[in-house]
Amino acid sequence: MSIGATEIEGIARLARIRIDAADVARYAGQLSQILTYIEAMNEVDTSGIEPLAHAIDAVAACRPDLVTETVDRATLQAGAPRVEEGYYLVPRVIE
Amino acid sequence: MSWETVIGLEIHVQLATASKIFSGAATAYGAEPNTQACAVDLGLPGVLPVLNARVVEMAIRLGLALHAEIAPSSVFARKNYFYPDLPKGYQISQYELPIVARGRLPIRLADGREKVVRVTRAHLEEDAGKSVHDAYPGATGIDLNRAGTPLLEVVSEPDLRSAEEAVAYMRTMHMLVRYLGICDGNMQEGSFRCDANVSVRRAGSEVLGTRAEVKNLNSFRFLEKAINFEVERQIDLLESGGKVVQETRLYDADRDETRSMRSKEDAHDYRYFPDPDLLPIVVTPTQIERERALMPELPWARQQRYVTDYGLNVQDADALAQDRAVADYFEALAAAAGDARAAANWLNGEVFAALNRAGMEIPHCPVEPSALGLLIARVRDGTLSGSMAKQVFEAMWQGEGSADEVIEARGLRQVNDIGALAALIDGVIADSPSQVEQYRAGKDKLFGYFVGQVMKKSQGKANPQQVNDLLKEKLGGS
Amino acid sequence: MFAETVTAIAADLKAGRYSSADITEHYLARIAEFDPGLNSYITVCADEARAAAARADALLARGEGGPLTGVPYANKDIFCTRGIRTSCASRMLDNFIAPYDATVVEKLTGAGMVMLGKTNMDEFAMGSSNETSWYGPVRNPWDLSRVPGGSSGGSAAAVAARLAPVATGTDTGGSIRQPAALCGITGLKPTYGRVSRWGMIAFASSLDQGGPMALTAADLALLMNAMAGHCARDSTSVERPAEDFTRLLAQPLTGLRIGLPTQYFAAGLDPAMREAVDAAVGVLRALGADTVSVDLPHAGYAIPAYYVVASAECSSNLSRYDGVRFGHRCDDPRDLTDLYTRSRAEGFGAEVKRRILVGTYALSAGYYDAYYGKAQQLRRLIQQDFTRAFAGVDVILGPTTPTTAFELGQKTDDPLTMYLSDVYTTAANLAGLPALSMPAGLIGGLPAGVQLIGNYFDETRLLNVAHQYQQETAWHLARPPHA
Repeated sequence: MSIGATEIEGIARLARIRIDAADVARYAGQLSQILTYIEAMNEVDTSGIEPLAHAIDAVAACRPDLVTETVDRATLQAGAPRVEEGYYLVPRVIE
Repeated sequence: MSWETVIGLEIHVQLATASKIFSGAATAYGAEPNTQACAVDLGLPGVLPVLNARVVEMAIRLGLALHAEIAPSSVFARKNYFYPDLPKGYQISQYELPIVARGRLPIRLADGREKVVRVTRAHLEEDAGKSVHDAYPGATGIDLNRAGTPLLEVVSEPDLRSAEEAVAYMRTMHMLVRYLGICDGNMQEGSFRCDANVSVRRAGSEVLGTRAEVKNLNSFRFLEKAINFEVERQIDLLESGGKVVQETRLYDADRDETRSMRSKEDAHDYRYFPDPDLLPIVVTPTQIERERALMPELPWARQQRYVTDYGLNVQDADALAQDRAVADYFEALAAAAGDARAAANWLNGEVFAALNRAGMEIPHCPVEPSALGLLIARVRDGTLSGSMAKQVFEAMWQGEGSADEVIEARGLRQVNDIGALAALIDGVIADSPSQVEQYRAGKDKLFGYFVGQVMKKSQGKANPQQVNDLLKEKLGGS
Repeated sequence: MFAETVTAIAADLKAGRYSSADITEHYLARIAEFDPGLNSYITVCADEARAAAARADALLARGEGGPLTGVPYANKDIFCTRGIRTSCASRMLDNFIAPYDATVVEKLTGAGMVMLGKTNMDEFAMGSSNETSWYGPVRNPWDLSRVPGGSSGGSAAAVAARLAPVATGTDTGGSIRQPAALCGITGLKPTYGRVSRWGMIAFASSLDQGGPMALTAADLALLMNAMAGHCARDSTSVERPAEDFTRLLAQPLTGLRIGLPTQYFAAGLDPAMREAVDAAVGVLRALGADTVSVDLPHAGYAIPAYYVVASAECSSNLSRYDGVRFGHRCDDPRDLTDLYTRSRAEGFGAEVKRRILVGTYALSAGYYDAYYGKAQQLRRLIQQDFTRAFAGVDVILGPTTPTTAFELGQKTDDPLTMYLSDVYTTAANLAGLPALSMPAGLIGGLPAGVQLIGNYFDETRLLNVAHQYQQETAWHLARPPHA
């Protein structure tokens, strides 16, 4: 699969990673190479095969509805880039 | 050129659990910012979700109430997008395999017409946090206390054809979730939120028009107004040759209009895939039967019973069945009083008036149904006159004792003795010769005067019916 | 004077031949001397180690120690350690002080072990050479111009260089086994669900598994006793009756049935590697095992399926690194989009970015079925291959890697070539099966490893085979020149 600059820009936007114009071509080339290799999967006929999401057969673990966490906000926010009065701050979002 | 409105509603029901859907942090409303956001809720490196068993029980309960299919196996999926109130950069939700599908909700409209609205699905998901936009210059504050609160998103088919139907559906769903005990229904606090998908099409067309989604309507009134505005906007647009854009809009209550949401640019590519950190939810027939056994009688079944068994009219039946606590009180009261109509009148009248004055909800009513029932019985058996009953009720409310105790303590027994009443009446007639003459001469209105005098003389304790009969007899015809 | 294996150190501590404080100082001194040349540690925790050693010595003095009390170890810097930097070898988490301990850390600390520090790794566990670390590459103690393998390269190099008797690693596509093979040590990837992932920073959730890396299989068994077990905080961890992973170590191999996949011994296998593997097979036969050919027809598709699944899951798992609540944030973000795109561009290295892009693409609208859906179907076929094979054999054997350690910088320009180093290891992750690598020779002075793949939850069998092999051979005792 050949990936071009426009596609890289689109994927990078979805993934919220800034890619400088100078690097776009390189990423496009590498991704194309990787995806072409991955397409080897198409050599295998998988019609009717159920996808395997979990390797081990098990049932959903559940917990009882109890409050078990006491939140130590100070510790949890110690490494936050910008906090004020307990709020995490980001540049103003317009809705 | 006539237009048809088509509406589908997505309702986010916040489940009334103590802890979050995937973590053990508390869900209580109103805490200081980020004091109820634990490591899991914050999406810190290395954390993992563990499902709260209670949310599955609640989902099953709703599924049963909607006569829906409850999936024996359903899957959590990640909905990937970036927003500061979504800490992991994805929301754990359900996509292809929701826990509940294909249900129905009966609604009743003001004109008595009934309609069954199809519910496409209900799925479990986690709520996001909250943004505060105006507190910090140039910045938005993020509070993740709400992140991880369990939601059940209930999606209807586009079966609704008017704002009125939409509001009826929203009201009915609101009543139902409160009845089932799965949601407190507090719309101001955001426990029950509605998104409306609105489109129009030429009357008679089978094809759906392009829809716009109006988000986060948290009152019945706003739902109605938003839909009305939106329908008009779309019709105007189409009639002037324009096209409706599929987009997300917000309702501005101050201006009574909907506007496009700037921040939600582009169609989102959510890249759904099954969440590898969570195993499929398995629901067994045993679990379903256990929830079924715990189901309360549903509101519409109760409404029906009140009409059929208690002989109430539809409006009174609806009003009483609305709220489970009220309905429970009503039934206990009707049984204690031996008279459903009287019970209904008392409840809708004196009891609600007193509760409203005290700013109280019915579970905290200081007068038990059994106690009030006795009061009603005392009026029926003639011990107490109807006009005295309110006074006794107020005394009971203040804690002065049972109906009998108050009647005794205040000496309010109704005077039923014919002899005593006759004597009273004779006294009144003797005291009011000119009125008697005028009445016998044809002034019928004066009858009320005599009744009033008798009641006054008896300090309100005379049996009104007997007073009436005796007065008529003694005054003679006119 | 100091022993080198966990088993021997534990015995010495119990017998009082030296104290935990003594041996801890010994390792700290070795780290100070040799690690500048290897770069296997990101953070050395000298103060914490000494405090833990003191606590362990107090327990030992009272006769209250357990099998691991006082034994030093290192944690791959992917495990959250409370109050200590946990970086995942990424600029994104350079300033992240974990507020809690991973379950693995809690268990090993609970067993009285002494943490020497956090070892280097490929960034966010993505890599096969430990060249993508923000803190610089790790060097192979057998040849400083070569890679130690990855992503648990720091742990492997540290153990090989005797800078820790044992270290924790994680394995998503081979990241314990491959560096173990390239560094000449023994490493185990347990069955998926055996070891808790709580606090083990996620790369690919359905593939990641934590495990021990040490000099001997007996040591791995001791660590597994402490590390394994159901965890209520990890929904994917399995609940099984408690077991002693050392219980079968001494069992003779008579009647053991070893499967040799035709696909692993195909024409392309390097002759020297083939020779080493054949020699290992010879030893096992002499110990009473029988070998038989098995067929893993979809073996060639393990890498592409693995890459799609791993990239897709990591693209989602790494979305939380957004500069909002913790970790790296760019200076003076103009707006929200700038905050995200620039923090992530600065915080992540090229390989991480590449995998996020591949994963985002594979999950995006219109491509899900062709990539992620297809990969999960292949995954089931690969699992079925193993199920069929295990119907007739007890363990499956093959080379761990196609070659010995390659040179630093040799494969960094070509991501695809790097991915192909995982050709033998990824299938076990896709199927969730336990797999172990043990040293089986030296080729041109560089270690070569042999891989054993077991059936679900059959770690004790793998440990048994490796232990018996290690009673007969001495490859696991070889010391690298740069240590």
